[in-house]
Amino acid sequence: MRNIVRTIGSWFLSTLRGMGHMFIFLMHSIYFIFIPPFKFNLLLKQIRFIGTKSMVVILLMGSFTGMVLALQIFHTLRKVGSEAMLGPAVALSLIRELGPVLCALTITGRAGSALTAEIGIMRITEQIDALISMALNPIRYLIVPTIVASIIVFPLLTAIFDVIGIYGGYFVGVKLLGLSSGTYFSQMEQFVDMLDIRIGIYKSVSFGLIVSWVCCYKGFYTGYGAEGVSKATTEAVVMSSVMILIWDYFLGSILL
Amino acid sequence: MIKIVDLEKSFDGQRVLKGVDLQISEKELMVIIGESGGGKSVLLKHLIGLVKPERGKIIIEGVDIIGLRGKEIDSIKEKLGVVFQGGALFDSLTVYENVAFPLKEKTKLSKGMIDERVLDALEDVGLGGMENKYPAEISGGMKKRVALARALITEPKIVLFDEPTTGLDPIILHHIHRLITATHKKYGFTGVMISHEIPEIFEVADRVAFLHDGAIVEVGTPEEIKNSSNPVVRQFITGSLEGPIEAF
Repeated sequence: MRNIVRTIGSWFLSTLRGMGHMFIFLMHSIYFIFIPPFKFNLLLKQIRFIGTKSMVVILLMGSFTGMVLALQIFHTLRKVGSEAMLGPAVALSLIRELGPVLCALTITGRAGSALTAEIGIMRITEQIDALISMALNPIRYLIVPTIVASIIVFPLLTAIFDVIGIYGGYFVGVKLLGLSSGTYFSQMEQFVDMLDIRIGIYKSVSFGLIVSWVCCYKGFYTGYGAEGVSKATTEAVVMSSVMILIWDYFLGSILL
Repeated sequence: MIKIVDLEKSFDGQRVLKGVDLQISEKELMVIIGESGGGKSVLLKHLIGLVKPERGKIIIEGVDIIGLRGKEIDSIKEKLGVVFQGGALFDSLTVYENVAFPLKEKTKLSKGMIDERVLDALEDVGLGGMENKYPAEISGGMKKRVALARALITEPKIVLFDEPTTGLDPIILHHIHRLITATHKKYGFTGVMISHEIPEIFEVADRVAFLHDGAIVEVGTPEEIKNSSNPVVRQFITGSLEGPIEAF
C-alpha cells in the first residue's frame, strides 16, 4: 500500500514539475517576443516553413472535409426535409469547429513533428550549446520566431481551410446533389455571423501557440541520440493533438 | 587568466568532479587528458557556462563566473571561442554563413569587412573555395576546420577545444594539430583543450593536466608528464592494461 502511494506521489510530483518546466519555457519565450533585437528573417523563414509549405495539404484536407460534410449532412437533412440548411450547416461546422481543429492537427503532423526533430537534432549535435557559447539566446533564435510564425500562420491557414471546405461542400451539394446555388449561399449568409468567425480565429490562434510551444519544448529538451529525438517527436505530436482537442472543448464552452 | 578552484559536480548522485583545481596562464595552451567518461567534457562545459557546479569557483580574468547571469555572463562568453567535439556547425547554413555568424550577430561590421575576415579565416584553415558548401557536404576533418575558423573569427582571448581531433585519421589529426599550433601563435589566445590523442598532443601542449577520478592529479610540461612517476599517469600514456586504472 505504502509503495503504491509512493509511486502515485512520485508520478504526480514529476508530472507537476514537468508542467511547471513547460510553463516557464513558455513564459520565457513570450518574454523574448517583446524584447529586441527581433529576428525578422528567421520569422519569415518559419512562416514559409509552417505556412507556405503546408498549403497543399491544407487545400486537400479542406476540400475533402467540406465534401464529406456536405455529403453526410445533406442525406441527414433530407430525412427531415431541410436540405436548404446545408450551406449554414457546412459553414458553421467548418468555421467554428472543424476548420481550426483539423487544420491544427494537420499542421502538427506536417510541420510540428519536423520542428521538434530539427530542434532536437540541434540539441544533440551541440548546435544549441554553440549558440549559448556565443552569448546568443537560443530561445530568441529558435523558439520565438516559431511561436510568432505559428500565431500568424494558423488563423490564415484555417481561413483558407474554411473557404476551400465551403466550396467543397458547394461542389457536392450544388453540383452533385442538385441543391440550388442561391439556397446554399443565402442561407449561409443568414446563419453565420461575426461571432462564429471570431470563435474560429480565437481557436486557431490558441492552437498555433499550443502546437509551437509543445513541439519546440519537446525538441529543446530532447533526450540523447536518435532514440531521444524520435521519442520527443512522437510525444510532441501526441501531446499537441490531445491538447488541441482538450483546449477546443474548453474554449468552445467559454465562447459559446 | 583562468583559475578553477575546488570544482565539484554530480549527476544523478554520481560525483563526476570531486574538487578540481587548475590554473591556466595567459596565452598558454593547456591540454587536459584523462580516461573516457572521467569528466573532462563536463569540466569544459563549466568553463562555457553550460553546466553549473555544486561547489567551487571558476575565475576568468579575475571574475568568478559561477552565478553570473544575463549581460555579466554574456560579457565573459564574448571572450570565448569554442570548438565542439562534432563541430556543432549549423546545418542550415553554408560554411561561409557558419563562420560569418558570430560576426553578423555580435558585431556591427560592414558586409565587406565580414566577407574579408571570413574568407581570410577560411584560407587560414585551408578551406578557401568551400564557402558555399553545407556542413552535410564536407568531411569530418573539414567540419573541424570550419569549427576552428568560426571559433577564431571574433579573435577571442580564450579558445576551448572539446576533443577537436576525435574520429579523424592520423594525417588529418596532425594537420588539425598543426593548425591549432599555428593559430595559437598567430592570435595569441589562451587555450584549453580536451584530448585523448597520446602522444600527438605533447607536440601541441604548453602544459598538460591529467584528470583522474574527478580531480587533477598531475600538471606539467609535456616532458614532465611523459616522465611522470605517477602510476596512473604512466599507465594512461603507455596505454597499458596493467595498473591502477581499470579498463571496465
